[in-house]
Amino acid sequence: MSTAEYRDPAAVHRLCEVIACSVSRPWTLMEICGGQTHAILRAGLDRLLPQALTLVHGPGCPVCVTPLEVIDQAIALAGRPEVVLCSFGDMLRVPGSASDLLAARAAGGDVRAVYSPLDALALAQRESQRQVVFFAVGFETTAPAAAAAVRQAHALGLGNFSLLMAEVRVPPAIEAILGASDNRIQGFLTAGHVCAVMGQGEYASLVERFAVPMVVTGFEPVDILLGVLRCVRQLEAGQARLENAYPRAVQADGNPAARALIGEVFEPVTRRWRGLGALPGGGLGLRPAYADFDAARRFGLADTPQPDHADCHAGEVLQGRLRPDACPAFGRQCTPQRPLGAPMVSSEGACAAYYRYHGAAA
Amino acid sequence: MSADCPLPQDDYPTVQLAHGGGGRLMRQLLDGLILPTLRPEGARGLHDAAYLEELPPGAQLAFTTDSYVVRPLFFPGGDIGGLAVHGTINDLAMAGARALALSVSLILEEGLSMATLRRVLGSLRQAADGAGVRVVTGDTKVVERGRADGLYINTAGIGVVPAGVCVHPDRIRPGDALLVSGDIARHGMAVLARREGLEFEAAIDSDCQPLWGTVAALLDAGIDLHCLRDPTRGGLASALVELAREARTDLLVEEAAVPLAPPVAAACELLGIDPLHVACEGRLVAFVPAAQANRALDVLRAAPGGAQAALIGVVSAGSGRVTLRSPYGTDRPLDLPAGELLPRIC
Repeated sequence: MSTAEYRDPAAVHRLCEVIACSVSRPWTLMEICGGQTHAILRAGLDRLLPQALTLVHGPGCPVCVTPLEVIDQAIALAGRPEVVLCSFGDMLRVPGSASDLLAARAAGGDVRAVYSPLDALALAQRESQRQVVFFAVGFETTAPAAAAAVRQAHALGLGNFSLLMAEVRVPPAIEAILGASDNRIQGFLTAGHVCAVMGQGEYASLVERFAVPMVVTGFEPVDILLGVLRCVRQLEAGQARLENAYPRAVQADGNPAARALIGEVFEPVTRRWRGLGALPGGGLGLRPAYADFDAARRFGLADTPQPDHADCHAGEVLQGRLRPDACPAFGRQCTPQRPLGAPMVSSEGACAAYYRYHGAAA
Repeated sequence: MSADCPLPQDDYPTVQLAHGGGGRLMRQLLDGLILPTLRPEGARGLHDAAYLEELPPGAQLAFTTDSYVVRPLFFPGGDIGGLAVHGTINDLAMAGARALALSVSLILEEGLSMATLRRVLGSLRQAADGAGVRVVTGDTKVVERGRADGLYINTAGIGVVPAGVCVHPDRIRPGDALLVSGDIARHGMAVLARREGLEFEAAIDSDCQPLWGTVAALLDAGIDLHCLRDPTRGGLASALVELAREARTDLLVEEAAVPLAPPVAAACELLGIDPLHVACEGRLVAFVPAAQANRALDVLRAAPGGAQAALIGVVSAGSGRVTLRSPYGTDRPLDLPAGELLPRIC
């Protein structure tokens, strides 16, 4: 599949003009996904759009919303001699309350970057005398592969494979943002890849409940601008509907096979999000039939909420209340080399996007 | 062969600690494999140090060293042996120097297969021959199993800068054109794909190759080379950021002009890696007077691996900032990559 047509500069400029003509007053939209935040800043779309339009960056960065205590759990696991801790590379430099996984590796822990939970599963089969723990961080997009790994481990009777669960679900986060008494978000661009798995049903009920337009949006510059345009047109017309601006990837009911896999292995649970607090249904936990694969249970891990670094405003950034470059620590105490919080180091983090594409100076 | 020596020593299938011990086994390794393969030659035969020939008048010496720890040892388009030669002679070439002589130091891990060592030495020899550079001295050490990852190589090189040639960041001037000699990011992605067992639709070969021929062709064509750099670790972004700082000038780079092979672009996208941060091992960036840019491009395009050579930016007066202009006309600052992007790619 060629992405060239969705990156075409002429199409981008044309869409920006159409959006500018469609906007008659200020609007504030939130793109939920950190991947979209990075695409917007990388292409400079924030500078091409009319000033009346404010794009607020949402909490759609799973690494960023993983609370400190879970990172501490991963670091503690990495320090156990029998454990191989497997993680997506993004998580390795994210600070816990006192350290990070790279430091745990330097101190002798066996920490490995993997591209998929299935890589961790294969490792568990190869190294049967070690306890392989996969740090399961992600949205609904990564949950099917994690579920597949657990189901396969169950079928194989593997006793040395488990997940440290930090899988999160997007709709409860949107609900928390829209339900806040001082919410200022007037329209949402929802994450196309999450909808490609989960479908649009959960979002239709949010639209109905909060009367806010939502547009399923892709990740290329043209996709994003199409999402913005559809959202703006609804706002200008006083409408609030769910629209799909990413039909080449998203069906109404998502990917039924992937959803079934998630539903078989996982169930919605209350989970703490950095910045948003404990969200009912905000996470995925292992169903009782697969509870043996829960690393927190297997290793008896402590789960005491830890406060963020005093100078880190990640919580406000993740709620869209603070622009990253307006944070007093941005580019000063907090840089990608020495991050105070996850949004500065994750490849989907909003602070990292501003640092990388707008520069260190706020 | 005596009774206490049941095997001919060069028949050991793997490297033993004693191969680095200074005794008989070490002599066997040197005489049986390393010396016949590398054929070191000084101007006056072998000694503890090598003698080199006299320099032509006005010429200047250049000296560099680099260590090679790439994992895996063999990757699509090259291996650690070729890399150890090309990396060092390219560092010399970036100073405008033709490599005269190399040293080769091997650090071998006990248990390394002799077949692997033979293959690496063979490609080292082939790379040196191909680039017309002599290996004049070297060293071999063996460390215990588990204390190294098969094989590490250090090479040092001495080169000669022809009279009248001065290639240095100090010479970068506002108005200079910035050229790249071919498509970028091949080496890093080739190594990563092999190491992680990633399969992409189209294979990605490393661009590992010597660059002196390209530099010599530019000099022969009368191009006034202001500065050269090979964008290895940290990729094109690091090379340009460092040069802009050293030269205290600003650079403007057109993102869409930076050549990238479609499979490399696709692999980078899949893995979330910025190709501007990925190493090349056979590409250079050149700063030349704008009036000579087209002529220099013709030379680069005729050089090996140079079909995609391109003008990617311009130099302006400033304070050392690099700006990347997107295809949409928006600008962003280009900075050094944050950290451990791709360890051990060279």
